[in-house]
Formats: sequence, C-alpha cells, structure tokens
Amino acid sequence: MTTIDTSAPGERAARPNMAQFLSRYGTFAAFILLVVFNLIVTPNFLSWQTLNVNLTQVATIVIVAVGMTLVIATGGIDLSVGSLMAIAGTAAPMIFMGTLLPIENMGVLIILSFILPVLLVMAFGWFNGMLVTRFSIQPIIATLVLFIAGRGIAQVATNGNLQVFKNPDFQFIAMGRIAGIPAQVIIMIIVAVLAHCLIRYTVIGRQIIAVGGNEKAARLTGIPVRRVKTFVYVVSGALAGIAGLIVVARNSASDANLVGLGMELDAIAAVAVGGSLLTGGRANIIGTVLGAFVIQLVRYTLLANGVPDAAALIVKAGLIIIAVFIQQRAKG
Amino acid sequence: MLKTLSRPFVPKSSGDFARLGVLLALAGLILFGALRYDNFISPFNILSFLRYNSMFALIALGMAFVIITGGIDLSVGGVAAMASVVAAYLSPYGWFPGLAGGMIAGLIAGSINGLIITRMRIQPFIATLAMMLAAYGTALLLANNQSVSVSYDTGFTTIGQDDFLGFPIPAWIAALAYVLGWIFLERHPAGRHVLAIGDGEATANLMGLKVEKTLFAVYALSGLLAGLAGVILASQFGAGQPTEGVGWELFAIASVVVGGTLLTGGSGSVGATLAGALLLAMVFNILNFENGLGWISLSAYWQSVIRGAFLLVVVVLQARLMKKTEA
Repeated sequence: MTTIDTSAPGERAARPNMAQFLSRYGTFAAFILLVVFNLIVTPNFLSWQTLNVNLTQVATIVIVAVGMTLVIATGGIDLSVGSLMAIAGTAAPMIFMGTLLPIENMGVLIILSFILPVLLVMAFGWFNGMLVTRFSIQPIIATLVLFIAGRGIAQVATNGNLQVFKNPDFQFIAMGRIAGIPAQVIIMIIVAVLAHCLIRYTVIGRQIIAVGGNEKAARLTGIPVRRVKTFVYVVSGALAGIAGLIVVARNSASDANLVGLGMELDAIAAVAVGGSLLTGGRANIIGTVLGAFVIQLVRYTLLANGVPDAAALIVKAGLIIIAVFIQQRAKG
Repeated sequence: MLKTLSRPFVPKSSGDFARLGVLLALAGLILFGALRYDNFISPFNILSFLRYNSMFALIALGMAFVIITGGIDLSVGGVAAMASVVAAYLSPYGWFPGLAGGMIAGLIAGSINGLIITRMRIQPFIATLAMMLAAYGTALLLANNQSVSVSYDTGFTTIGQDDFLGFPIPAWIAALAYVLGWIFLERHPAGRHVLAIGDGEATANLMGLKVEKTLFAVYALSGLLAGLAGVILASQFGAGQPTEGVGWELFAIASVVVGGTLLTGGSGSVGATLAGALLLAMVFNILNFENGLGWISLSAYWQSVIRGAFLLVVVVLQARLMKKTEA
C-alpha cells in the first residue's frame, strides 16, 4: 500500500497489532471477500455487464472521493461536493441548450458546457477555501454553507424543473467508449493516477501531507499553508464538477434536486474505508479507490440479492464507523 | 454597539454581543412584519407559526447542548423521521404509547451516538453522519418506503394539532423543554460541566468532571428531543414520514449559531438559541407574506439559499469577533 505517513516509521513498527494489520490490508481483504462472496452467491456476477455497471457507478464516487482525500489530508472536510455536483450538472445543459449564452455554434457551446461549469464550481471551491483560511472557520461549518445553499442555487436556477436532453457530443463523457472502455472509467483512472502522482512526487503533494500532519510546524517551515489549503478545496470542487457532468450525461437529464445527493457521505466513506485518517496527515489515493470499490460492491451485493435499499444504508453506516474505528486504533 | 466593540473582548462577551444582536434582529423583523403586512400579528399567523416551528425549536435546543460541548449532531433530521414512523405505528394503541415510543426511538439513536463518540472515540460529525444514514435506513425499512398514517381515534393527533389555554400544545412542549434546558445549563452543576467540557475536554477531565458521562448524556438528550420533534411531526401532519427531516440539522445548527453559541464550544445560551430559531423561522414567515403581496415571487427553493447565506453571515461575523478576541 502506498500510505504516506508523517509519524516516525519506527513507532509504527514497534507496536504491531490487529488494528494496524486491518488498517493496512483490511480494505483489500474486504474487497477480495466481496468478490468471492458474489462469485458464489450472486447469479451472473462474472459477466461484462456486471463489471460495466459497477465500473460506471463507481467512477463518480472515485472522482469525488479523490478530491475528498486531498481535503481530508490537510485536516479538512468538504461537505459541499454533492451540491457542487448539482450546480455543475445544472449549468452544463443550460449552456449547450442555449438558454444561458447567445452563441449559435454548437461545437463552441459543447466545449463551453464542459469548461464553464467546472470553472464555476472551482470558484465555489475557492470560496470554501477562503472561508477556511482567511476567516479561520472550521471546515465542517464552512462547507456546510454551500452544502445548504449550493443545491438551492441549482434549484433556483432551474426552478426545480427537470432538464431533459439528448446530446451525443456532450454525453460522450458518460456514454462514450474509448477502446471499449467507458469514457467515465477512463476519466476516473486519469484522476486517480494524477492525484497519486501529485501526492507522491510533487512539492505541493508533500505540503498537503505536512499541513495535515502538523499545521503549525508546516507554517514554521515556510509552507504556504493558506495556499495549500485553498488549493485542495479548489481541486475538490473541480472534481465534484466533473462528476456532476458525468452524472447528468449518464441520465440524459439534469435534476437539481437529485444530482449528487448524499455524495459527500459516499466520498467520506470511501476515504475512511480506504485507510486515510480522517484527522489528516495521510493521503492514500489507491486506498480511496479501493474504498470506493468496496462501498460500491457492498451496495451491489445487497441489491443483487434482494436486500432493500434502505437496509443498504444501515450497512453503509456501520461500515463507516468500523472503518474509522480501525484507522484510529491503528494510529494508536 | 460600537462602544462594546472597542473594549477588549473575551469570548464570552462576543457571545453576549451576538445574543443582543439576535434579539434586536428578531424585534426588528417582528416590527417590520407588523407594519408591512395586515395579518402578520393576527392570532392565526402567530399560532400556526408557533405550532409549526416548535419542532425545529426542540431540535435546536438539543443541538445547542451538543455544540456547547464542541461537538455536532448531524443525525437529528433522520432520527426525527425514524421517530415519526415509530410514533405513527404505535398511535393506534393510544397517544401515550405513540409519544413514548417516538421519544424512546430518538433516545436509543442518541445513546448510540453517545456510545460511539465516547467509547469508540470517533469524531462526532462522522458518528452522527453515519447515524443519519442508519436512521433514515431504519425509517424506510419500518415504513416500507411509504408514509405511515397515524390513528385519529386515540387522541394521538391532539399532541400536534390541538391547543391548551389558547396556545398550541407543541408550543407548550417546546416552552417547557426550554425552561428545563435553561435551568439545567445555567443553574445546575451538570450544566456547568457541559460548558466546561466545551472549553477544554482535557482540562475538564483534570478537574475531575465526568466528561464521558456528560458527553453521552448530551447526545442522548439531542436524540430524545429529535424523537419528540418526530412525534410532533407525525401528530401534526397525520403521518409518520420516513423521508422528512432532510436539512433539519442545518436549521438547528444555524439557529444555535445565530443565537451566538460559538461553534468551537465552551459558550452558549439556551435563551439565545430559542431567539435564533425564532429569527430563522421568522425570515421564512416574512418571505411567505412578501410572496403574498405579489411584488416578488420567491420559490421555496430560495429557502435553502437564504438559510445558507444566513449561516454564512453569522459564522463570518463570529470568526471576526473571535479574531478580535485573540488580538
């Protein structure tokens, strides 16, 4: 596993225990267990269609969860991701359906409908970052503002109405395939790889970890703490925006009331299950990806075996608590 | 007010400042409404205002205690939904089983929150976020994804719909809860413990206060009050509603913060929380009247935008005051 840890390595090796073992390999073990369980119990599990369904459903969770991993690594949290998805997912159809901009050229409109919504939610991410850094507001509360108001903005913009559309060019990000692989899965892989490299090989990546590990120390060593923190909220916003575009493209419809609803929970759960400490100082991107797969597989397993959706919620809640508990125990 | 700003602040007095502000704002809004709209201070508007908003006031009271300890309870909306379903199922057996059942359901959920937070040492927002999921899941499972009608024959609907001495029963319940809450926080030693824990858990521990017990009690209380709100919901609208309560936690948090309670804990007031809840509710009441005049037409969707903007203004002001304090 590729956990980056700011605590001394000797300290961890000195006290090996069950929690540490579970923290390292638990997610992977859970993933394997789920696959094996499904192979035995769920009919038709080993099929292209199953793989396809799970991959496309997990793609948006992974994309948002990667951004969440970066935010959590700095010791923050971003509750606004679901609402930002709704804003981006609402803005895009308004652009390419021509209700927002007086542009005739469809090609330009399509390009703009990818770029502008993402830029817009990046601005909201920057706003989150400003509240956290300039006003020293706790991240939970700072992002709560857009968690409430963000979806409202999207609803007000559409008056709560459903936007239905059919636009193959725009919908390529969800429906298209490159070499047989769904476009959204490719986006998911690119995002995860880039984030992994960011954390491992770049200065700002190390700075993110340092800020989350010990903010005061990071500031004293000359790390631009405010800029680093603002950066992660902007990235989280951008990724939520992309996920929002994918969701509406997949549905051929944009419903401001539903796009991204509850996504913040899935993303936080993926991060927690994936082995990053929720208190910051660690960013395990591969773990987060695995965590998202575990959450998706749990949901799929329950649904495919006739367990009602409501029960899946309870299971997810238990999963979050257990994962966070194990992580904290491992830290000791 | 400028005068108060110029003298050096300690956190407690920044809370006082906000408390004065919320009372002035509330008075200003009432005056504005009374002058501008014909039926604003009519008995009908006042009584239905109190009847409907008592639920939110109850939840805000529980949230105030939680936030004063430095925590947060994101599960109240889900717990209220679950309690409303439980109450609706028990309502055919009489008003008391319905009331008690809903409250016990809330108490159980709150106690689980308290145990997870104190025993497993999981951050309050994670624990209660998970409880929100679990409570909605339980509510939907119990109710089979539908709303559950309450019985109209056993007097259960009296709780939410009838009056006592001219005032709605939910308003009496909320008033009683606030009086008890005020006595507890301001006059009872355990209430002072709640404040001390919010000021610093480690210090409170060293002082020999029962930190874990108090924290557990605070989350259990928040669950209990959410359960009570759920009972009122079911009784008032004639059905247990497993999907209701979305965003209630935000209303409660906003009420507490508007009331001048610091989100970092250690300071707060029961009375100002009530004023905060009334103020937020009053904004929407006035918005409805303004829509009625026909000059503007703001859809219901504006509510969340305005709620968010309100929260934003208050937390930014709080942060400013806190900075002044430190400087």
